[in-house]
Amino acid sequence: METFLGIDYNVWWFLVFGGVISGYAILDGFDLGAGALHLFLNKEESRRIALNAIGPVWDGNEVWLVIAGGALFAGFPVAYAAIFSAFYVPFMVFLMGLIFRAISIEFRSKESMPWWRKTWDISYCIANIIIALSLGLMLGNVALGIPLNKDHEFEGNWMSFFNPFSILIAITTLALFMMHGAIYLAMKTVNRLYVKLTLLARDFTIFFVLSFAVSTLYTLLYIPHLSDHLRTHPSFFILPVIMTLAIANIPRSLKNGNFRFAFLSSSVTIATLLIMVAFEVFPYLIYAPNNPQNSITIVNGASSLKTLKILLIIALIGTPLVCLYTGFVFWTFKGKVKLDEMSY
Amino acid sequence: MDVEILARIQFAFTIAFHYIYPPISIGLGLILVIMEALYLKTGDKRFELMTRFWLRIFALVFGIGVATGIIMEFEFGTNWATYSKYVGDIFGSALAAEGIFAFALESGFLGILLFGWNRVSSGVHFFATIMVFLGSLFSAIWIVVANSWQQTPAGFHIVGNGLEARAEITDFWAMVFNPSSVERLMHVWVGAILAGAFLVLSVNAWYIIKKKYLEIAIPAFKIALVVATIFSISQLFFGHKSADGVSRNQPAKLAALEGHYDSSARADMYLFGWVNNKTQETKGLKIPGGLSFLVHYDFNAPVKGLNAFKEDERPTQVNSIFQFYHIMVALGVAMIALSLLACWYWRKGTLFDKKWLMYIFVWSVMMPQVANQCGWFAAEMGRQPWVVYGLLKTSDALSKAVSANQILFSLIMFTVVYTLLLALFLFLLHRKIQHGPETTHDEDDEANEAFTKRNNPLITHS
Repeated sequence: METFLGIDYNVWWFLVFGGVISGYAILDGFDLGAGALHLFLNKEESRRIALNAIGPVWDGNEVWLVIAGGALFAGFPVAYAAIFSAFYVPFMVFLMGLIFRAISIEFRSKESMPWWRKTWDISYCIANIIIALSLGLMLGNVALGIPLNKDHEFEGNWMSFFNPFSILIAITTLALFMMHGAIYLAMKTVNRLYVKLTLLARDFTIFFVLSFAVSTLYTLLYIPHLSDHLRTHPSFFILPVIMTLAIANIPRSLKNGNFRFAFLSSSVTIATLLIMVAFEVFPYLIYAPNNPQNSITIVNGASSLKTLKILLIIALIGTPLVCLYTGFVFWTFKGKVKLDEMSY
Repeated sequence: MDVEILARIQFAFTIAFHYIYPPISIGLGLILVIMEALYLKTGDKRFELMTRFWLRIFALVFGIGVATGIIMEFEFGTNWATYSKYVGDIFGSALAAEGIFAFALESGFLGILLFGWNRVSSGVHFFATIMVFLGSLFSAIWIVVANSWQQTPAGFHIVGNGLEARAEITDFWAMVFNPSSVERLMHVWVGAILAGAFLVLSVNAWYIIKKKYLEIAIPAFKIALVVATIFSISQLFFGHKSADGVSRNQPAKLAALEGHYDSSARADMYLFGWVNNKTQETKGLKIPGGLSFLVHYDFNAPVKGLNAFKEDERPTQVNSIFQFYHIMVALGVAMIALSLLACWYWRKGTLFDKKWLMYIFVWSVMMPQVANQCGWFAAEMGRQPWVVYGLLKTSDALSKAVSANQILFSLIMFTVVYTLLLALFLFLLHRKIQHGPETTHDEDDEANEAFTKRNNPLITHS
C-alpha cells in the first residue's frame, strides 16, 4: 500500500474522518448542550441570551456534520451506505431533530406572542435532546458492531439498536453535551444568569461523571473486547489519563471562574473519548458480530487509492481555510453576549 | 407500493422542496452584494435600509435551505445504499469538496452577515456578504458537477462485477469537467439568480401598488429589474447550450423532451402539445423540423427517436417530461418578455404608473420557481430508467436493508414537517414584507420588546 509521511492513505482518511467527527462533537456539542438545557432557563431574557450565545456560530458548527457526511461518503462509501441504511429510522428522527432545532432558533424571535415563543422553546429543547440521544445511540451501536451480510448491508431488526450499552452511551452523550453547553453559556454570560449557569455546569458535570462511570463499568464487565486494544497497547493508557485529568479540571476551573480553561477541558474530554472509541474500533469501520468476515474495514470499505489521494489534497487545502474563518467568526463574537437589534 | 417508487417519491419530494430555497439564496446573495456596494459607494441611507431588509429575508430563506439541505446529503446513504457504493468514489469527493469549500464558507460568514452589522466595520461586513454569495455559488458547482456526472459520466472506470461493481475515478478533472457540467452549471446559476431577482421584483411591485416605502421600493425594483433582464436574456443562450448538450450526450432524453419516436423521420419542435406514449403520437402546435434544425442545422434531417432505444433503456413518462420541459421553456420566454416590457416602460418613464404590470410582477415570483422545478424534473425524469446514465439503473440503486414500511414512515414524516415548514415560511415572509424596510429598528427587536413588556412583573398593567 502507498503511504504519505509513512502512514497509508486509508489510515490517513480514518484520521481525517475522526478529526472531523471530533470537531463536530466539540463545536456543535456546545450548541446541542446549550439547547438541551434551554428550559432550565426561566426568564425570557435568559433564553434570548442563551440563543444569541450560539446564534452566530451554530450554523457553521453544523457544517462540520455535513463535512463528516461527505468525508465518509467519499472515503468510505461502503460504510456510508451500510450505516445510514441500517440506522434508517433513528437517523430520520435525528434529521427531524436537526430541522426542528434550526427552525426553532430561526422562528422563535419573529413573533412576540407568549404561546409562540413557548412552543418554539419546547420544540427547540426537545430537538436538541433528541439529536444528542440519537447521536449517542448510533455511536454506541457502531462501537458495538452491527450485523452485516456478505454484501456489507445491514441484516437485522432496527429495534436491536435499543440495547442497554447503546442507551447508556446515548445518556452519557447527552450529559457530556449538557456539561459542555453549560460551560460555554457560563463563559458567555454575566450576573445572575452567569451564577445560575455555573451551578448548572457543576450539576451536569456530576451527571456526566456518573453516567460515564456506569457505562465504563458496563463496558468492562459485559463488552470486554472494547478495551482489548488498550490492554495490548499499554502506552495508550495516556488517553484515559488525559481524560481523567481533563474531567477533574472542570470543577476546579469552574470554582476559579476560569471558564475558558473549563471549556478547553470539556473539549479535550470529548476529543479523547472519541479517540478512545476510534482506537478500539480500528481498523474496523463497522464490525459485524454475526460474522466478522462481513465486517467493513478501512481497507474493504474504502474508495480507490486515487480518490483517497484527491481527498487528502482537498482536506489539506480546505482545513486551514475552514479553521481560518471559523476562528475569525469566533473572534468577532468573542466575549459576553450583548443583545442588539440584530439579535434573535 | 414498493420500495423503489416510495424511495423515488421521497427523494423527489425532499429535493424539490429543498430546491425552493437555495436558488433564492444565490440570487438574493447577488442582489445583496449590489445593494450593499451601492450603499458603501454612495452612503445613501435608502440602500442601507434595503440591504438590511433583504438580509432579514435572506436569513429566513437560508435557514430553511440549510435545514432541508442536510437531509439530502444523507438520503443517498439511507435510501440509495447500492448507488452510494457504486458512485461513492466519484460523487463523494464532489460532496466532500462542497462541504469544505462551499458550506463552511457560507455558514461561517453568515454569522457576520446577520449579527455583525454593529460589530465589524462596514468593509468587513461587505466582505462577508461577498463571501456568503461566493459560498452559495460554490455549493452549486459541486452538486451540479456530481449530478452532471450522473448524466454524462466521464473520467472513471468500472471495477468489479454485479453487486460489487463500482465506478472508480481515473481522472479527477475529466470527472469535474464532464461533457455536461459546465453548460448545466451555467443554466442552474442563471436560473437561481432569476429566482432571487423576481422575488425582489415581486415584493417591491407590491409596495409600489400599495404606495408604501416608495423611496426604497423603486430603486430596489430597478436594481432587480436590471438583474432580471440581463439574466433572463442570457438564460436563452445557456438554456440553448444545455439542450444542445442533451442532444449530443443523451439522445433518449432529447427525444422524450419533444415526444419524438421515429428515428427515420425529421423531428419537430413543439410550442405546446400532448404526448400519447401508447400510440406514440405527439399532437400540438409545432415548428416542423425544428428539433432537426436544432441538432443538425437542417430542417429535414432525421433525429434519433425513442424507438431507437430498448424499451427498458428509455424513459416511460414521456408526456410528463414533455410538459415539464415545455413549461420551463415557456416561462423562460415569458420572463424575458416581461423584463423587456418593463425596461421599455422604464425608458418611457411610465413604468411605475402601470398598475397592471406591477400586479403581474407581484405574481412573477412564481415564474423562475416553477421553471427551476420543471427543468429539474425534466432533467431527472428524462435520465430514467438510469440513475447513472447508461451504467446503473434506478431500480438497482436502492438500499436493500430498508423496507417499504420504513420509507412510508419517513415519507409521511417529511410530508407533515415540510407542510408545516412551508406554512411557517410563508407566514413569516408575509409578516416581514408587511412590516417593510422603513425603519432600522428590527421587527424581531420589536417583537422582543413587546414580549418583555408583557411579561415583566415590574410593569403593572392597569
